[in-house]
Amino acid sequence: LTYCYRKPKTKRAKRFLEKREPKLNENTKNAMLIKGGNANLTVTEVLKDIYAVKKPFAVLYKRKNVTRPFEDQTSLEFFSKKSDCSLFLFGSHNKKRPNNLIIGRMFDYHVLDMIELGIEKFVSLKDIKNSKCPEGTKPMLIFAGDVFDVNEEYRRLKSLLIDFFRGPTVPSIRLAGLEYVLHFTAVDGKIYMRSYKVLLKKSGCKIPRIELEEMGPSLDLVMRRTHLASDDLYKLSLKQPKGLKPKKKKNISHDVFGTTYGRVHMQKQDLSKLQTRKMKGLKKRPAEKRAEDGGATPKKSKSA
Amino acid sequence: MAAVRVEAVLAAAEEQEAEKRRSITVEKELELEYDLGNLLAVDRNPPPAAALRGAGPRREALLQALARDNTQLLVSRLWELPAERAGGAGGPLVAQLPEPTFRLPREKPPPKPRPPTRWEQFARLKGIRRKKKTSLVWDEQAKEWRRRWGYRRAGGDPSRAWLAEVPAGADPEEDQFARLRREKRERVARNELNRLRNLARAHRAGSAVPAAPLHPTGHQDRDELRRVARVARVSTASLGRFQPRLPKESAEPPSRSGGKKRRFEPLLGNLAAERSRQLELLRDMGRKKPVLDITRAVNKQLRQEEAEAAAANKGKKQSKRGKRGRRQQRPGRSGKKSGARRQPQQQKAAGGGVGG
Repeated sequence: LTYCYRKPKTKRAKRFLEKREPKLNENTKNAMLIKGGNANLTVTEVLKDIYAVKKPFAVLYKRKNVTRPFEDQTSLEFFSKKSDCSLFLFGSHNKKRPNNLIIGRMFDYHVLDMIELGIEKFVSLKDIKNSKCPEGTKPMLIFAGDVFDVNEEYRRLKSLLIDFFRGPTVPSIRLAGLEYVLHFTAVDGKIYMRSYKVLLKKSGCKIPRIELEEMGPSLDLVMRRTHLASDDLYKLSLKQPKGLKPKKKKNISHDVFGTTYGRVHMQKQDLSKLQTRKMKGLKKRPAEKRAEDGGATPKKSKSA
Repeated sequence: MAAVRVEAVLAAAEEQEAEKRRSITVEKELELEYDLGNLLAVDRNPPPAAALRGAGPRREALLQALARDNTQLLVSRLWELPAERAGGAGGPLVAQLPEPTFRLPREKPPPKPRPPTRWEQFARLKGIRRKKKTSLVWDEQAKEWRRRWGYRRAGGDPSRAWLAEVPAGADPEEDQFARLRREKRERVARNELNRLRNLARAHRAGSAVPAAPLHPTGHQDRDELRRVARVARVSTASLGRFQPRLPKESAEPPSRSGGKKRRFEPLLGNLAAERSRQLELLRDMGRKKPVLDITRAVNKQLRQEEAEAAAANKGKKQSKRGKRGRRQQRPGRSGKKSGARRQPQQQKAAGGGVGG
């Protein structure tokens, strides 16, 4: 429990606080979608669509909030603290920066990274009249373009986008349920984000053939300003606690083919007294037994 | 003629279908990088920039083709994972995902282990371990298993106790029931105070923020008072050099650097000390034997390392010997300073080695 000046009086309050405190294995990151003071229709539609994609791990604020994230981050941090969201998407519009989207993340309720993107073209979910996939599907993420590795800002953007759209971390996944894919292409200073519904078709072998159908929101983005965290703050946020490393079990090893080998330690066994399978043919005949004993135990004569 | 055309069309369609089924392979210059735990694939191939420049449906088709290729590769990898049928034979095919490899920053800093409470420190020192207690206790009076504490506990309802014995040395006029109630209240208050103190200590240790100077109600601990007194002394114009000292305080003013920098003697001070120091220096320079005894220094280092290892293991293993045993283990050794002060021993070989 964190040291709070008022200790929680109900179990429900205690559970609420425990959900928000720092943990070894963290919760799925929530995103807050905020409208700026002068958000226009495009930006509002974008926020609504992204909310639909990120449900239930997102909060969409209906009212407009007059703030400028790049100048003053306190209101963002206040929102983050109140709603326990570590990702945010802030949409605004003015003459100098039309159709502006600021995507960012927090570390310990303070802004870590912020990247401003301009929307050049937007096709919304309801404009594309195709069947959609169910809410809460974990999307597949694909990044195309060497720029995502070469340029430092694009690298952070890639990390931000993965963090944003990743969804909960699951140990196993239903193979038929891989329905949604988000494809980001970086070319010529522009970033094209497209969402497709995946159709698995029969192919000659076990692995299905993929056909894509354009489904969800598609955005053409251009990178504007950035506010990236300093290297050491970023390194600090990447640090994972030691308890997360999987414990190595001794005596167990694996070989190339996937066979697991282990060592079993036994006490000293008397091999002559081992209980093996009884084979009737190998049983000692009475004559042999007597010969072994050396006649020490003669046949007992029945008493008269 | 119509039949021929229809046949030709059907044959062509079938061939197309067959080809599509065959083509789950994708050709790429550079292999993609996969992070299957995150369902992530990264394509390093530079996309055809010229083709993508012109806006319109051609660009969309190109993007879709690129996406299709990449998705095909990713799905092939995913279908190669070890899969099983969840929920019996008829259930859906479920693949085991590996751990995600792409490093993403955390939401909050990792939790710091809280420092041990006063009782925990004491228990560790004494080697006291927790006794596992059963949750139900046999109640003789009620002749059944009752809880150890809580609703309908084993000792009977304390508020309904109709008898309170007067202890041997107590005042006969005292109200025993009131005394029991008062003592319970005091116990509860003391427990609450200790719990809050432990919490405050943990919070202070975690945040490493200097605690607010001087608690408003006047109850503060010794270290706080000392710290605050030092700060108050130093906050004068001459930085505390001419402040009168309290009767039990140390005479020397605390150094601002906390004893880290070198201190130099005044130039014209103690003449006798200077003389003896110079003579000692000359004596050491003229000595034939080495000043440092190697074996003794090595032994000292080994002992230090052992002590450190023992202190590190103290947290893991409880030493059963206890304080007395541990005290007897270590022989009373006076801490020797540097070897220079001692008389040199008979080590001709070492002397020869150093001199040579």
